[in-house]
Formats: sequence, structure tokens, C-alpha cells
Amino acid sequence: MNKSVSAQKAISSITDHQQIMIGGFGVPGTPFTLIDALLEQNSRHLTLVKNEANIAGLGVSKLIENGNADCLITSHLGLNRVVLDLMNHGKIQVEFNPQGILAERIRCGGAGLMGFVSDIGIDTILAEDKQVIIMGDQKGILEKALRANVALIHASTGDLFGNLCYEKSARNFNPAMATAADIVIAEVEELVAVGEMSPDQIHTPGAFVDYVVKIDELTHEYDILEDYILG
Amino acid sequence: MDRKDKIAKRAEQEISTGQVVNLGIGIPTLILKYLSRKKEVVFHSENGIIGMGSHCNRSEADRNLIDAGGGYVRLEAGASFCDSVLSFALIRGGRLDLSFLGALEISQRGDLANWIIPGKYAPGIGGGMELAQKSKRLIITTFHNQKNGDSKIVPECSLPLTAKACVDRIITELAVIDMIDGQLQLKEVSESSSIDDVIAKTEAPLLVNESEIKQF
Repeated sequence: MNKSVSAQKAISSITDHQQIMIGGFGVPGTPFTLIDALLEQNSRHLTLVKNEANIAGLGVSKLIENGNADCLITSHLGLNRVVLDLMNHGKIQVEFNPQGILAERIRCGGAGLMGFVSDIGIDTILAEDKQVIIMGDQKGILEKALRANVALIHASTGDLFGNLCYEKSARNFNPAMATAADIVIAEVEELVAVGEMSPDQIHTPGAFVDYVVKIDELTHEYDILEDYILG
Repeated sequence: MDRKDKIAKRAEQEISTGQVVNLGIGIPTLILKYLSRKKEVVFHSENGIIGMGSHCNRSEADRNLIDAGGGYVRLEAGASFCDSVLSFALIRGGRLDLSFLGALEISQRGDLANWIIPGKYAPGIGGGMELAQKSKRLIITTFHNQKNGDSKIVPECSLPLTAKACVDRIITELAVIDMIDGQLQLKEVSESSSIDDVIAKTEAPLLVNESEIKQF
């Protein structure tokens, strides 16, 4: 089995108006190569699902700055003043979720569940537009599962079947998103033959993955951000 | 020592060996600077690190290893990585012994507001609500007053809440204040302040038992 294709071929699965999940938390785990291919293809009116919007000029922020997305489902934009300004000027619609609720909604979507009930945010404005469920003497918010048409994933190692292994804090949202889309595209830093990865080291089984893209070159976007050296 | 460092140094005393602890962005991160080497503590980071170390320099930095604020970090022995789902299962499942967060406002009942000023500042929630609601103990490290001098500790929060009745202790540059039986009680006063000064700068009512108040 060989799921290896070019970034352009894999990204051609995406059409206008689709919902796209993008892995990563900051630079680690963000699929910059796939994002660049999507930018090149210039699909429009996308709804993006990502933990944050990277920082201005980098990764998913480039898609938003270029006007490819109408909506962003996210957790926090505190490190991206440009996207916050676009939000404040009505250029992009943003839905904020508590970070773990975002992760769990994606997990549910990937697990074939319709949603879950949680007390997070129950006494806050986040509960205002949501269905509140009474369970005995407890109140909870009905959180709906989240799925996407396509998920873009970054892994350190993958094989031709699509088995994936993530590195350090680059795991973050990638494993959950890799279960929650109709088409799952994974970019990998190292591509190996089937059988070379130890079954115990595989974080995402290849059965969840449709396309594997070998990253040609780790561009500057994957590098360390000098402004965040704080020690 | 500036105000932030003073708060962080006092906050360090709240941490004890064996605890699983989360440090929010800002002053809480500074606590690591003062952490006693004798304490064996496991720091959790929302992006999937259990056993995180302090911020590192350029030569140690790993492009795949950051904390939830984006800073490059070291790892402690015994550290592990997990995905965001498991990272928040740890938080919501009640496995965090202690969290430190900042505040915009704290009410006299221990309500916390720290994520949005409608129309001015709305960067999103991040992990704050889950940390505030589900940590076994929540300590707020913050300046005592707003930039304009208004008290951050108020009878009723005017800003949208992060979580209701979640605060256990407040540490500012002036005072240590506890939530006890639904009321705020002054416990410690900074050496550069006084009981009268703290009361004057705090809008919410404080229970004060003068004979029991310590200095820090």
C-alpha cells in the first residue's frame, strides 16, 4: 500500500466552502507545507479549525490574512494581533472554545459521537447560546461534536500506509484531528517503508490517514522563533 | 525586586513536593525562577507536557518543545508527552493539585474574570476556564490594582466571568487573601504595605483578624 502523493495532489481534495482542521499548537505540529499548498491552490470561503492562528505572517495566519477563510473555530488568538484585528473589523468570523472543549469536540467527531455534556463555562456567557442539559442536580452544556471535510496533520515520521508518530509537544491536536475528517492528509518529515515503524511507537494508525506527503524541505517556518527564547 | 517578582517569590511558597501544578501565562511563569531545588514538582503544560522544566536558552531550544505560551522549555526527568485531549482530561478529571492564573477582576465570593473585556480585549479563552473550574486549588497571582488605581478585588465582577467561586487564594504585591467560607480574609501583608493600606486599596470587604496577620 502506498498513500504517498505530492502536497499539490493531496490538497486538490479541498474545494471552496469546506471545513478544514489544521493540527498544531504554535509552531510545533503545524503542517506548514500543506498550508502553503492550500495557499497556492487558493481555495476560498473555508472554515478553519485550529487551536490558535499561529503568529502574524506564519502558517494558518497566512491563509486568514490572504482572505481564504470566512470562519475560524479556535481557542485563543492572544499571540496574533493581525488576526484579532481582522476579527474586530468583521473580516473573519471567530468562534472561541475552551481549549479542552475544542479538543474533546474533535475527539467526539472522530469517535462517531454526536456530542457530550460538560459543566465547563456553565456560569459564563459561553453557556448563553448553547443547550443546557439537566442531569439530576447538575447542569451541563451540550457540546456538539466537530468534524471536517479535510484534516491537515503534521507528524515527524510516517510510513507509506500512513502510520504516524509525533514528536514532543508537536503532538497536541494532531492525533484527534486525524480521526475527525472525511479526508486526512498527513505531512511527514521522514517517510519510511511499511514495517519500519515499531507498532508500539505508532500514535495514529494508518487506517485513519488517506494521503501522506513527504516534506521536501523544512522551511524557515518550522524553525525556532527567536522572540520566544525566554531562558 | 519589582512587583511581579515579589508576587512570584511569595507564590513559590504555595508549591510543595509531589504536586502536579499548572502555571498560567505571565506572573505565574515567573514562579519557576524562585522554585526551591528541594521541591520535586511536576509541571503540566496544556499543549501536552507533563514534567515540563523551565524556559531554556537558544542552544538548548528544540523546535518541537514549547510551553503553552510559546516559550522554549526544558524537560524534567520522568516527563511525558500527550495530546490535547489527554492533557485536558488531566485538568478536567481533577488531577491538577494546583494552578496559578492571573486576573482582571476577582469578586468577594471568589468569582474570577480574566479572559475578556468586551469591545476592547477578546483574545479567547484558551485553557483558563478549565483550569479555573477544575484545579483542586486555584491561586490568583496579580497586581492588587488596575493601572488606573481601581481595585481588582471587587464586591461583584463587572466583566464576563471565567468561572464562579473558583478562587482559593489571592497573592498580590500588597497582600495574601484567602477565600474562607465564602468570604475574603486578609492573611498576610507585604512588608512595604500595612493593613490599613490594603483595606484602602481593596474595594471588596475583607475580614481582618489583626492578631493573626503575618508579614511577607
